[in-house]
Amino acid sequence: MKSESAPTRERPIIPASNPGRIGESRPRADGVPKVKGEFEYSSDLWMDGMLWGATLRSPHPHANIWSIDATEAEGMPGVHAVLTHEDVPGRKVYGMEVPDQPVLAWEHVRYEGEPIAIVAADHPETARRALEKIAVDYEVLDPVTDPEEALKEDTPKLHLSGNVLKEVHIKHGDVNATAEVVVSGEYEIGMQDQAFLGPESGMAVPDGRGGVDLYISTQWLHIDRDQIAESLDLPPEDVRLTLSGVGGAFGGREDLSMQLHSCMLALDTGRPVKMMYNREESFYGHVHRHPCKMEYEHGADKEGNLVYVNARLVFDGGAYASSSNAVCLNAGTFACGPYNVPNAKIDSFMLYTNNPPCGAMRGFGAVQVCFAHETQMDKLAKELGMNPLELRIKNAMKPGDKFPFGQTVPEPAPVAEILERVKNMPMPEEEEIMGRDLRRLPGGVSNVTHGEGVKRGVGYAVGYKNIGFSAGFDDYSTASITLSVEDGEPLIRVHTAAAEVGQGGITLQAQISRTELGVEKVAVLPADTRIGSAGSTSASRQSYVTGGAVKMACEAVKEKVFEKVREEFGENGELSMEDGGVSAGDRRIVSLADLLDGDEIEETVVYRHKPTYPLDENGQGDAHFQFAFAAHRAVVEVDEELGLVRVVEIATAQDVGKVMNPQSLEGQIQGGVAQGLGLALLEEIQMKDGKVQNASFTDYLLPTIFDMPPVRMEVLELADPDAPYGLKGVGEPPTISSTPAIVAALRDATGRELNRVPVKPERLAGIEEEPVRRAPQPGSCGPVAERSES
Amino acid sequence: MKLNCKINGEFREAEGVWEGESLLYVLRERLDLPGSKNACEQGECGSCSVYMDGTLVCSCLVLAGQAEGRDIVTVEGLADEDELHPVQESFVEAGAVQCGFCTPGLIVATHDLLERNAEPSDAEIREALAGNLCRCTGYEKILDAVKLAAGKNGKGAS
Repeated sequence: MKSESAPTRERPIIPASNPGRIGESRPRADGVPKVKGEFEYSSDLWMDGMLWGATLRSPHPHANIWSIDATEAEGMPGVHAVLTHEDVPGRKVYGMEVPDQPVLAWEHVRYEGEPIAIVAADHPETARRALEKIAVDYEVLDPVTDPEEALKEDTPKLHLSGNVLKEVHIKHGDVNATAEVVVSGEYEIGMQDQAFLGPESGMAVPDGRGGVDLYISTQWLHIDRDQIAESLDLPPEDVRLTLSGVGGAFGGREDLSMQLHSCMLALDTGRPVKMMYNREESFYGHVHRHPCKMEYEHGADKEGNLVYVNARLVFDGGAYASSSNAVCLNAGTFACGPYNVPNAKIDSFMLYTNNPPCGAMRGFGAVQVCFAHETQMDKLAKELGMNPLELRIKNAMKPGDKFPFGQTVPEPAPVAEILERVKNMPMPEEEEIMGRDLRRLPGGVSNVTHGEGVKRGVGYAVGYKNIGFSAGFDDYSTASITLSVEDGEPLIRVHTAAAEVGQGGITLQAQISRTELGVEKVAVLPADTRIGSAGSTSASRQSYVTGGAVKMACEAVKEKVFEKVREEFGENGELSMEDGGVSAGDRRIVSLADLLDGDEIEETVVYRHKPTYPLDENGQGDAHFQFAFAAHRAVVEVDEELGLVRVVEIATAQDVGKVMNPQSLEGQIQGGVAQGLGLALLEEIQMKDGKVQNASFTDYLLPTIFDMPPVRMEVLELADPDAPYGLKGVGEPPTISSTPAIVAALRDATGRELNRVPVKPERLAGIEEEPVRRAPQPGSCGPVAERSES
Repeated sequence: MKLNCKINGEFREAEGVWEGESLLYVLRERLDLPGSKNACEQGECGSCSVYMDGTLVCSCLVLAGQAEGRDIVTVEGLADEDELHPVQESFVEAGAVQCGFCTPGLIVATHDLLERNAEPSDAEIREALAGNLCRCTGYEKILDAVKLAAGKNGKGAS
């Protein structure tokens, strides 16, 4: 029975505040509700009469589905709906770049955890029990789990298009160049998880007229809206999304998770439906960072000038496309690092496998290759007998050089300068190792060393990445600014669809408005699809693109205000908006309260950065519009016997173009470094035969406050002439080169090769890859049995 | 089953509680107290930290029935409606909040630390908060916030 009413809910509005101007550190507007526990996250949503949704997922990474029988589940008390692929009203697949992922699986499942059926019930436990009663007849198939295997001709094809999802080939200069000094290596990155703390969750509310309102945590409302509308077979205007409180994202919320499922259940039952993954399900419910194997060869002359770089990159895209195309392109274009490389041949492959789909995570594509090219630079320095920092400075790219993908390196590109900065920053004080507080030693309170066997090491790395969406993508944002007077005081209302995921975007939007219009009180309205798209909160792009849109909308409002002043006061000189009024020089002409006289001025604009272009068949083209650079120095202490690590300090220098909010900027740098540290030392989704082995925070290790050292930072403000205020995106660079810097420091301390991250303690302690299997000793329980699979 | 306990100073009752529900679930879904957060629901992340009879616990690991007759204090109960506890104030001022999902748990855990140790050292703070995961901040501003709060407490705030 469909509901007649339209029970929509209003998202709580963060109260108007004085956000300060750009360049000032101001506490975030949502800080107070967040510390009081009053901020409404998507998992906090609750409505009278709501039902709970749950998802049946495949236990097999690769199988045929012969039948799905939901009869028993449907008959259970408290169960209101059980839906399968047959109930998807519109397009049965979705995807941001390639619509290849089933909304609910039919005939095949291609990864462990793939959704097959959904249930709505009156209690989450009832829903879970109903899932157990859905009978699915599988024919289990051998999974394709190795991307190199997937690449072979005779391997079964997982999609009609074949197993190669994307390939990028870059040919730069003489691809057959030779050199006097050559180093090569093979490198590998494990599968990292975004591990945002707020689980995938949201609530879908049917409007009683066939449409639906969805309150959701996501990174990009409009791309969700478009995919949902397509699969629900509804016009986009009947699918309205409002951003709910987002508990972190880091790329993991770009793809749909429970959005479509909750909408289907809500439309079917006529009731609000809440869905909320638990942590285990979250590991199956979002994409991860791509694992990658990389073969590199660097050639240089005897003075240390790079002659060529050859690289072959093989990415595991997992079962579905997600944003793999962009990752493959990024990795190809950044494979050589921020160096002037006259000749290069880069082959970047993205493969479908039966592993979990991989997609966006902070720094995608750049993170993987940075670990490899920076390890290669250290190797080359060793071969040449040069200081690794000097080798990097010598080869640092400069404005006017050519990237290997043919684009000219734009101003500013301060690679040598940031390297000099980390070189010259003071080193952390040497602290006597023996007799220290245990909490300041590797292994900490585990009481494993009192200083014996602890060695110190120092390592450096530098990396870079594009900001925003590239290669011809129409990357824009929309902003609306309304200027009014309330209770005698001017007020700016800012409306965009930009997702605040924790980064501080709403504070920045308010700061820009306050700065442009000289009005102290600013309210940022909830992000929703009533306004045009803001694009994704990813690729470090929102400060630039939505920041640019807000600035442009303010300028449009300002122009309207000035027109009015010119008309009413006959002013022809230069005008400015300050202190809630309009002035000509030092002469105040009118207050906004008097000028507006109860009216509002509203302007909505669309902002675009300069265009980008796809790469040609040789991997050449002006693919990117902005580049951000950071360098890192890591100091570590390693317990050589147990392979335990304490990172003592990370020092970093980063060019940000313009500091918009110092406190937020520091938070981005510190938080980004922490995720780089996690990849270096701890974080990996461990896979075995296509199955995730550690889908919990007990087994997937994240950096704690014990693991994270102080971050010493120097920030450069070299304006990008094309960007609003000259700013550069800042979110990703801290994650890119922090990982290789830490691993370089580990090598410095231990002398070991360490070609794979995360670096396991076994590798640091020099233990062989496979533990030696010995015959069981009398009285022992024998070798550990393989985990039996059902 | 029916559950009775004292929460943030008030006697509260929840009816129709399924025996398998955690205290966290009851707080969030039955008593309109969603401040305690559900990030891992297995005692690893500290986001659901509350006081039970004055002891810091992960409310996800407490079965609802175990809370019968107990005195629970959640993040919502640390300060009056329009006020901020100095720990809360310090987290906002220091920039220790980004997405904020870990924040309620860290606020309660810091509150507990400062009750026990008014002037904790860097190592003591790290030890006390090692059970609270934060994915956004890299923890440095959380350390700043705790030190700021300790300073405020020292000046005679509540």
